[in-house]
Amino acid sequence: MMEQQNDTLAVAQKWQSEGRNVALATVIETWGSAPRPVGSHLVIDSEGNFEGSVSGGCVEGAVVFEAVEAIETGQPKVLEFGVADETAWEVGLSCGGKIRVYLEPVTSVAHSVQ
Amino acid sequence: MALVTDIATGKQVLLNSDAQMDDALRQQVEQRLKSGKSGIVILQEKETFIQVHVPSPRLVIIGAVHISQALVPMAQACGFDVLVIDPRTAFASAERFPSVELLAEWPQEILDDRPLDAYTALVAVTHDPKIDDFALQSALQQQCFYVGALGSRKTHAKRLARFTEAGIDETTTQRIHAPIGLDIGGANPAEIAVSIIGEVIETLRKGPQA
Repeated sequence: MMEQQNDTLAVAQKWQSEGRNVALATVIETWGSAPRPVGSHLVIDSEGNFEGSVSGGCVEGAVVFEAVEAIETGQPKVLEFGVADETAWEVGLSCGGKIRVYLEPVTSVAHSVQ
Repeated sequence: MALVTDIATGKQVLLNSDAQMDDALRQQVEQRLKSGKSGIVILQEKETFIQVHVPSPRLVIIGAVHISQALVPMAQACGFDVLVIDPRTAFASAERFPSVELLAEWPQEILDDRPLDAYTALVAVTHDPKIDDFALQSALQQQCFYVGALGSRKTHAKRLARFTEAGIDETTTQRIHAPIGLDIGGANPAEIAVSIIGEVIETLRKGPQA
């Protein structure tokens, strides 16, 4: 639900204001039985602390791992998760669904604001 | 408000519906704002993610009673913006309702200035027609997505008779959920609050036919 998304964004803002380096993961596409809807957020800091969810706990570990790297490189990327056999990832969704997650380091100035 | 992200480059634009944008994007943003659903679109061969941010649904509770004390934190945890209205100051005390907006006034004094709308659920739980009736009628008129009233079938039959007398047609009065809440056999205020918030969410997510 939208307000829970906003809760996660509020956590991202709070962490950032405390001087922590933060990345934001967002579910951008789902197929089949996916545990969290499009738009769901997970916020991660460079220490691997996280709040929110992009799945029911199945792939958060991998997203956190990638997020720590994204914070270092400063580059956004797209992650895909399906059932374990069908992807290059060692983790998968036990429910049989498939999700795409957009992972972006959160910078204090947006890339482009119109 | 919509956040538009070019997936390949990470370029982002924050837009409201008044912002300047090309027609294809405008059409997608407006449609998604209306449905409240975020998602991927292909624009100029670029994969673009539109994340929409819409306001939380509201829950207006008429009656600062024991059930309401249990219902407020449950509704807040589910993401509702909650407002409690009860003109009886003995009930509507900050001590009883420490963490929610609480107005110790008659619903008719509040609802003119702060009208109900289709994104609002209204539950009337005072048992007192002098307090509940105006708010219920206003909720029906303003197309609240959920309208519920506490009281037995007998109490509700009397309520329907009053509403019919007031010229409200049956199709409209049928929208009132009464007895209020899902039938889970709730026996105490907290359990009844669970049945109420369950029914409000069911109506929000599955529509009135649920």
